[in-house]
Amino acid sequence: MDWGTLQAILGGVNKHSTSIGKIWLTVLFIFRIMILVVAAERVWGDEQQDFVCNTLQPGCRNVCYDHFFPISHIRLWALQLIFVSTPALLVAMHVAYTRHEKKRRFRNGEKIDIEELKNAKIHIRGPLWWTYTSSIFFRLIFEAVFMYVFYYMYDGYQMPRLVKCNAWPCPNTVDCFVSRPTEKTTFTIFMLSVSGICMMLNLAELCYLVIKVCMKEPRKTT
Amino acid sequence: MNWAGLYTVLSGVNRHSTAIGRIWLSVIFIFRIMVLVVAAESVWGDEKSAFTCNTQQPGCNSVCYDHFFPISHIRLWALQLILVTTPALLVAMHVAYQQHQEKKLLVLTGHADAKHMEEVKKHKMRIAGSLWWTYVCSVVFRLLFEAVFMYIFYMLYPGYQMMRLVKCEAYPCPNTVDCFISRPTEKTIFTVFMLVTSSICIVLNMAELVYLVVRACARRSQHNSNPSSGKSSFYGHKHSSEYKQNEINQLLTEQDGSLKDMLRRNSGLQEKGDRCSAC
Repeated sequence: MDWGTLQAILGGVNKHSTSIGKIWLTVLFIFRIMILVVAAERVWGDEQQDFVCNTLQPGCRNVCYDHFFPISHIRLWALQLIFVSTPALLVAMHVAYTRHEKKRRFRNGEKIDIEELKNAKIHIRGPLWWTYTSSIFFRLIFEAVFMYVFYYMYDGYQMPRLVKCNAWPCPNTVDCFVSRPTEKTTFTIFMLSVSGICMMLNLAELCYLVIKVCMKEPRKTT
Repeated sequence: MNWAGLYTVLSGVNRHSTAIGRIWLSVIFIFRIMVLVVAAESVWGDEKSAFTCNTQQPGCNSVCYDHFFPISHIRLWALQLILVTTPALLVAMHVAYQQHQEKKLLVLTGHADAKHMEEVKKHKMRIAGSLWWTYVCSVVFRLLFEAVFMYIFYMLYPGYQMMRLVKCEAYPCPNTVDCFISRPTEKTIFTVFMLVTSSICIVLNMAELVYLVVRACARRSQHNSNPSSGKSSFYGHKHSSEYKQNEINQLLTEQDGSLKDMLRRNSGLQEKGDRCSAC
């Protein structure tokens, strides 16, 4: 069970998304998940081995690493991507439920073409509109929460070259050096920008859905 | 055989599960197995190599690591996830057995054409009769396994928290030695995360159990207030057409009615006139 399986699961949801939703999914898979797997994991691969402290005191390096990196960027991004992609499954479940209801009506004698049922694009209306809008809303919330967590943990998104550590058992204050700080800063800013783009796409999609509903209503009343 | 293989095997079961069962399966695969593979395994990857003790005594490091980590979290979670997902295979086996019985019945009643055979494979089994019992047993086993593993975790790693420092006195370490664990905060975060998802799965399983019991009670009370379907007994005569008819009767009494619905829909035959009094 890895990113490939998640892509297979979410690919099915794509069929029932709006155009902005499809763009969002593409950005998610290509500019975030793929970059994470193909590049970022290598950059952070030796984060603890190459975290070097200017001391021979055993245990000092472990403790200082743990103090400055309570949870690694890579894991935070992996969790963020999992949480952000999961609301789309709400939509998939709702679509599956709608199809199941239609099949039941077919079984009870109503004339519905079963082939058309399988392939028909389900329009985002009624309760499905609410499910879809909630899923976008949750995505936005998760993105915002994770960006805040990043900002709170790593003061300002930049990776420093040197950190000064005085946690026990380090003697007094010890200089510790982070491996590949510039590369890490570059990737952090990249992932942050793409996260911002995804948030804007989600906001745009939300506005589009609301406007679509508002446009339909005056037409109904006139 | 890896997690992807398990996913393929279990997605087949998904079709015959209740809605809560499907949600449970999604939570297991996305929030537990995927997090384990994609994140947790790399956190625990260097747990032994970065376990440092403040001593130069050879062997002390290994002995202390073994003393404090008899079995690693990652292996325990892998075992837990395998044992928790496997009872669903009981249901898959029962469904396969029922499908086999339905195919036999189709052959006996002369509906053994490709279209009916395909539909046997594709239609969703109703969770009733013996399948209900199998399904309920599988949910009970899942609950048991989850609870047992949570208890094992608590016994092995009291409080679920990972310490930064452990003090080790096992031979050959001289006196008491300070040993430092790698990434304790990250490990605590993931332990708590996996614990929370495990609890969510326990709640989903209990909800599913309650739903199944309530549904069965509702069905039974509906059946009691509408006793239109009787069941015939099995006569066992060896006369060819009567024997065949009786075998059909027996197979029909074992079915939950889904095959009858299917045949009724497809052939439009009158049940009472054509087949049996078991209907």
